[in-house]
Amino acid sequence: MSLVQVTDLSVEFGDLRAVDGLSFRLQQGAALALVGESGSGKSTVASALLGLHRGTGARVGGSIEVAGTDVQEASDDELRRLRGAKAAMVFQDPLSSLDPYYAIGDQIAEVYRVHTRASRRAARARAVDVLDRVGIPDAQRRSRSRPHEFSGGMRQRALIAMALACEPDLLIADEPTTALDVTVQAQILDLLHTLREETGMGLLLVTHDVGVAAESVDEVLVMRHGRVVEHGRVGAVLGAPKEPYTRDLLAAVPRVDASRAPSEASEEVVLEAVGLRREFGRGKRAFAAVDDVSLTVHRGETLGIVGESGSGKTTLGRMLVGLLEPTVGEVRHDGHARVGVNPAVQMVFQDPVSSLNPRRSVGESIADPLRARGERDEGRIRGRVRELLERVGLEAAHYDRYPHEFSGGQRQRVGIARALAADPRVIVCDEPVSALDVTTQAQVVALLGELQRELGLALVFVAHDLAVVRQVSDRVAVMQRGRIVEQGPADEVYDNPQDPYTKQLLAAVPALDPEVAARRRTARRELTAA
Amino acid sequence: MSGFAGFALRRAVGAVLTLLALSVIVYVVFYATPGNVAQITCGPRCSPEQVHQVAQQLKLDDPLYLRYWHFLEGIVVGQDYSTGTSVAHCSAPCLGLSYQSDQQVMQIILTKLPVSLSLVFGAMVLWLLLGVGTGVLSAWRRGRFSERALTGVTLAGISTPVFVIGLVLMIVICGQLELLPFPEYVAFSDDPEQWAWGLLLPWVTLALGEAAYFARLTRASMLETLAEDHIRTFRAYGVSERSIIGRHALRGALAPIIALNANDFGSAVGGAVLIESLFGLPGIGQELVHAVNVVDLPVVVGMVLVIGFFVVLANAVADVLYAVADRRVVLT
Repeated sequence: MSLVQVTDLSVEFGDLRAVDGLSFRLQQGAALALVGESGSGKSTVASALLGLHRGTGARVGGSIEVAGTDVQEASDDELRRLRGAKAAMVFQDPLSSLDPYYAIGDQIAEVYRVHTRASRRAARARAVDVLDRVGIPDAQRRSRSRPHEFSGGMRQRALIAMALACEPDLLIADEPTTALDVTVQAQILDLLHTLREETGMGLLLVTHDVGVAAESVDEVLVMRHGRVVEHGRVGAVLGAPKEPYTRDLLAAVPRVDASRAPSEASEEVVLEAVGLRREFGRGKRAFAAVDDVSLTVHRGETLGIVGESGSGKTTLGRMLVGLLEPTVGEVRHDGHARVGVNPAVQMVFQDPVSSLNPRRSVGESIADPLRARGERDEGRIRGRVRELLERVGLEAAHYDRYPHEFSGGQRQRVGIARALAADPRVIVCDEPVSALDVTTQAQVVALLGELQRELGLALVFVAHDLAVVRQVSDRVAVMQRGRIVEQGPADEVYDNPQDPYTKQLLAAVPALDPEVAARRRTARRELTAA
Repeated sequence: MSGFAGFALRRAVGAVLTLLALSVIVYVVFYATPGNVAQITCGPRCSPEQVHQVAQQLKLDDPLYLRYWHFLEGIVVGQDYSTGTSVAHCSAPCLGLSYQSDQQVMQIILTKLPVSLSLVFGAMVLWLLLGVGTGVLSAWRRGRFSERALTGVTLAGISTPVFVIGLVLMIVICGQLELLPFPEYVAFSDDPEQWAWGLLLPWVTLALGEAAYFARLTRASMLETLAEDHIRTFRAYGVSERSIIGRHALRGALAPIIALNANDFGSAVGGAVLIESLFGLPGIGQELVHAVNVVDLPVVVGMVLVIGFFVVLANAVADVLYAVADRRVVLT
């Protein structure tokens, strides 16, 4: 008997058909990944398996059978007995997915008691057990902590512990590692892998990241617009995709092991940082977000700055643009020390939604740098903005539209047009593509490359994604705890890393080839054991 | 200094500064306003000599800052007052003497305060039970008929003035049905049972109006919490809707309820004038209105400070409760 059997599933929210005629089955103990870009309906499917659409107004059609329960026909009580006990779900954002008011051990114990009628004491002991199982050190004591006292990775472990509490047959993981750093992501994926080996539970993994899927499952189901595009063994689908969409998707995924064509960099230094240090806080609470960082950016080249959250890469980027003053050290533009912002160095921000004023048309936003420079002729401003819009792949007629009328990728193009308006020599991009789907990501990255060649721009590309950084960078600087631990030509840093931290980062990147992924997993185990 | 002791100390210092500022404002507003206080105090038929005498006796001719200084001195070390024939001592904390009755203001307050506190405390228990209960219920039954009915009732509660509720209750329950005697204040120390019966109607009247606000706030706050991700987690783990509402959503919805309660408790101590006069309760509110009417300035200033003290106290208690309800809150 199958663990999961979904036949002709459809889910509609009002007029929107989020899932359309989807069928698949999952055998006992097997692992399947639902892969797709945002809006493909993959998370909607995951929620449907536990009947979570019930009472929300969504219309669910077709049949869903999970661990012997007919989810469509089951009573509310039957459904509750399924949830958590036979099929448990791990959510994306581990901070908001736990109740901030209760100790983590108590939350796990509560779930356990719902399904087992165990005593409070026994349930609490069980909670400590599973926390220990997922690798929370000193589980007895830490079970009394509240979610905000845990790090992101530990919170995700705690959620997995909650899922394990009742020994379910099926684990549904909805983007379980999206909010995590790459090294932590690798730990969590390894943990899921080990748990599957030990308990024999089935896994349904929902992810936008093909690499994460390749690491973790036997079968892949590629979704688009609520429908199945391709379904098969992970090696077959990722190795020899049959459908054009799957091929496009895979082609768009940046590879950490592919070097890029070098850009036409010159020896001319346009931007230079000398001994930069930036402190936040005062007295005992003061800490240095960036510490003794020196780097140079040449005309026409791309410098990638890569690091995990808290490494100081954004603070560094802001200092380069002049949005933050360094505590010690200086920033030089064309060899001259510079304080404050300079039109020749512009910035593109991570979140294209919040970095555009929602109450002003995009044309007005792009015109801001022109007006700031003293341009007063409305006709010339409009003309230049239209030109810029077309340059970044939008239409001149988009001048009077507002940010909410654009998709994420288009908004990021607007952000780039705004940066270009000041005729900069350098653009600092702070995580410019991390909020975008891979296909959109590839388009924006391509646009940046084009602009660089045409205008001889220097780019500083700040990101956490090692593969994207490799895809765009001539030279790379790796940051850890405010310092640059390794810096050099991209190929050298990636193919022959010297610093242990760089090695650790690279080992954690999910591989697209399942066999490579398995080899890396073994390598990681050895690294942690050593 | 850290932890609770540090918090308490900082809050105490803050409270003293707040009350000092309040006293200065009240002093300036009331004592510097035009109008012959001596004439009013003495009465309309006093001769100019008598008025002058009164002014001297009340030290009204002293400059304002000097009188304020004496006032502060009285609070810290006490004060001797001439009553015309003899000298009386008013021990610290002394808020001065009433112009009208020569009674010590502190004494007046101490006789009125138990009445006001009895009224507000009892009503608070009721409005919390009623209001939060109704709010939780309507969040649970959201979208259904019972929820709409509850929303209608609370809206009616908010829009009906308390004296209308009180009058109707009194006429129906005490007058026509004769279920209860007309409310009368009996001190708790004299007879607890009579105390409770006498205050029942005032409690209900004050609580009904307040409960409506709490019901609306609780409902809104609960619905906000229910939309959060961690609620989804517990639903996905088969936790019953009752536990989700009672354990997880209510806990998350507490903060604004605590804040509103502190505010309303503090202001009701001196502000329940309508209820007090309707039911003939000799509380702070009524006395304050009376004192303002006859320009009995020492009483006004004293009462305003006492009311201010309760507002500050209620808010400090609320801060502690925040920290108890949500462990992420750090008391500073």
